[in-house]
Amino acid sequence: MNEINSFKKGIKAGLPICIGYFPVSFAFGIFSVENGLSILQAVLISLTNLTSAGQLAAVPIMVGGGTIIELILAQLVINSRYSLMSISLSQKLGKSVKMPHRFLIAFGNTDEIFAVASSNKEKVGTKYMLGLILTPVIGWVSGTLTGAVAGNILPEVVTSALGVAIYGMFIAIVVPVIKEEKNTALCVGVAIILSCIFYYAPVLKEIPTGFTVIICAVVASALFAFIKPITIEEIKNEVENNG
Amino acid sequence: MDNTKFLIYLVAMAGVTYLVRMVPLVLVNKPIKNKYILSFLYYVPYTVLSVMTVPAIFYATDSYISAAIGFAVAVVAGLLKRSLVQVAVFSSIAVLVVELVMNFI
Repeated sequence: MNEINSFKKGIKAGLPICIGYFPVSFAFGIFSVENGLSILQAVLISLTNLTSAGQLAAVPIMVGGGTIIELILAQLVINSRYSLMSISLSQKLGKSVKMPHRFLIAFGNTDEIFAVASSNKEKVGTKYMLGLILTPVIGWVSGTLTGAVAGNILPEVVTSALGVAIYGMFIAIVVPVIKEEKNTALCVGVAIILSCIFYYAPVLKEIPTGFTVIICAVVASALFAFIKPITIEEIKNEVENNG
Repeated sequence: MDNTKFLIYLVAMAGVTYLVRMVPLVLVNKPIKNKYILSFLYYVPYTVLSVMTVPAIFYATDSYISAAIGFAVAVVAGLLKRSLVQVAVFSSIAVLVVELVMNFI
């Protein structure tokens, strides 16, 4: 199977993620400083973690003087979905990706970077992945810095509108595929129904979001893997037809 | 916040986040052949992104009406196979317009 391994292509593919990250990390910057972190501290968190939900959950624990155990558990629960993505990404990495490179690529396996890497019909190489990680990191860190410095200069109505930007990107990845592929559409439908049940049903809604994402995604994916398994050739053809 | 205490928090947090991503990526280094596991991994990106989006997107703005319209615009733009940035921008603009209009009503 062919492999994409151009740093430039990676940078280019990462650009939409960079733009999508900016408003989200901007909001995180504002949030951190409002909660009593310094600008440098907010930027350091973004630079070393690269995860929206985990960071948002961490700030109140930090400033509230929570225990390290509490912080670690919160991160484990919220970020556990990444281990699922890493297993999936491991199958997407081409031959050029040596073991030491995996340690580096792992750092940048965010929801969006994972989604864009997965959407390639070819396997992905180290140089491509590093480009695909670099641009979003710049967007994430510079957005945090700008938000922390600028604070609430933007009117409320603008920050509110930017709240849908990241979800818009997710929709842009999922919708074109489910339009073409009936089984994926049904699978996504089941996942969404489960997600709504876990969001609204009594007792279930008390489960932390990180767990909910894993439970719903695993149940729906496993169900369809069992009743509608897809061969490698079918997956390749589908992706080629869509791309 | 005190820098020493902050650094301890930072190392713990970044360490966990990194390990969660790194361990599976380093341990699974052979191609998986089993068709059920492959199919499962094929479905995962779409189910994860969908679960994260719905219903959370409806609470991502100041009003669920603007969010619902932003969602609808994103889905239509996605059906028309617009790029990631275009879908995100169209959706944000839709929310902005709806909220400005609602402020006037």
